[in-house]
Amino acid sequence: MRKRVWILGLLAPMIAAALLLSGQRFTARAEQAQTSSAEVKIDNFSFGPTTLTVAAGTTVTWTNRDDIPHTVVSDDKAFKSKVLDTDEKFSFTFTKLGTYGYFCSIHPKMTGKVVVQ
Amino acid sequence: MTEKVKDEILHDHNHDGIDRRGFLKCMAWAGTGALCVMQGGVLKSYSLSRLSDLGPSAAAPGELSFVQISDSHMGFNKPANPDVAGTLKAAVEKINALSKAPEFLLHTGDISHLSKPEEFDTVDQILKGTGKEVFFVPGEHDVLNDDGAQFRERYGKAAKGSGWYSFEKKGVHFIGLVNVMNLKAGGLGTLGHEQLEWLEDDVKHLKSSTPIVVFAHIPLWSVYPEWGWGTDDSAQALAYLKKFGSVTVLNGHIHQTMQKVEGNVTFHTAASTAFPQPQPGKADSPGPMKVPAEQLRAILGITDVNYVRGQHALAVVDSSLA
Repeated sequence: MRKRVWILGLLAPMIAAALLLSGQRFTARAEQAQTSSAEVKIDNFSFGPTTLTVAAGTTVTWTNRDDIPHTVVSDDKAFKSKVLDTDEKFSFTFTKLGTYGYFCSIHPKMTGKVVVQ
Repeated sequence: MTEKVKDEILHDHNHDGIDRRGFLKCMAWAGTGALCVMQGGVLKSYSLSRLSDLGPSAAAPGELSFVQISDSHMGFNKPANPDVAGTLKAAVEKINALSKAPEFLLHTGDISHLSKPEEFDTVDQILKGTGKEVFFVPGEHDVLNDDGAQFRERYGKAAKGSGWYSFEKKGVHFIGLVNVMNLKAGGLGTLGHEQLEWLEDDVKHLKSSTPIVVFAHIPLWSVYPEWGWGTDDSAQALAYLKKFGSVTVLNGHIHQTMQKVEGNVTFHTAASTAFPQPQPGKADSPGPMKVPAEQLRAILGITDVNYVRGQHALAVVDSSLA
């Protein structure tokens, strides 16, 4: 967290400079910042999208929108949520490249994949 | 005569133990209750309203009767049933009103909704109203976050492994199995090697004439694998029970009554005391089914099981809470 503040501190004058130079360049940087998070929704006992492709460093947030609790557990135990009741969320930041299969440990027919590239 | 035959599960045309026409018919009774009697290896099912057709022998009290309840999901508060404590209390009233008091209760799991201590406490408190001993097996909702440690502390102190055990009542051998632990991605319910070894050993010394009752949360037969309604290694468990003349398998998990007979084994799932779930494949997912409030209690229920010595059959009666 402290590191991020430091980076923002560094970025702020740069962005300000970029703004002065060109509005277009600022837009490009903002879009890049947005790609560092992604969402997976849990609806009707399924993960959507079933396969999510993200860049390294992306934080993925799962939201349970069912009336029944679910979990998000990676096949190789790289990440494991607590049980998520309705509208509860779980986030994990993917720093390493690879394909991460995951499932709901309560309803194991529910499976999904995050591809980090 | 022809009318009576209509309500029976007939012969197994596909040789897979399921008569689809009869099977669906039994499911349709979830709201009104069904009485299933196995005689000489043939399961006969009647709606409760037709009980008088059976004659005195089937309705006669046996040496042992007990009640199965399931899926009380204490803590659930969504529109499908905002008062699961109220419907569990209604189940207790139903049990207390049975003409022959049961010796004990089986709870086939999903006692709680989120494995919270207060949820288990509430169920324990309400079930005390029956004054009966209760035997539990866990559902997947009872082992969240702690691999079932709390469940075993509360209900499985004398149990083996993740909570399996057996006991005898009046010559009937009861086996409680756990198939909700260590579930694998893409898979169904799992018993696991250790539990299967224990089961093989547990029944080895029993006479083949001993009636067997197996109870577990997830069905030990393939109800609808697409929704996870089955157990991957149940065939191995049933193989160990082949020598017995009468095996009754009682499950929960699917929140509706269903049954089938396969050789010497009668499979039965109980209704939930909390909320109904859709029939297999009849909805996008097996999530809670919202029905008009005035219909809810008609599709929740309890199961009364009656064993008569000397008959091959355990009579299984489902009653709604309405």
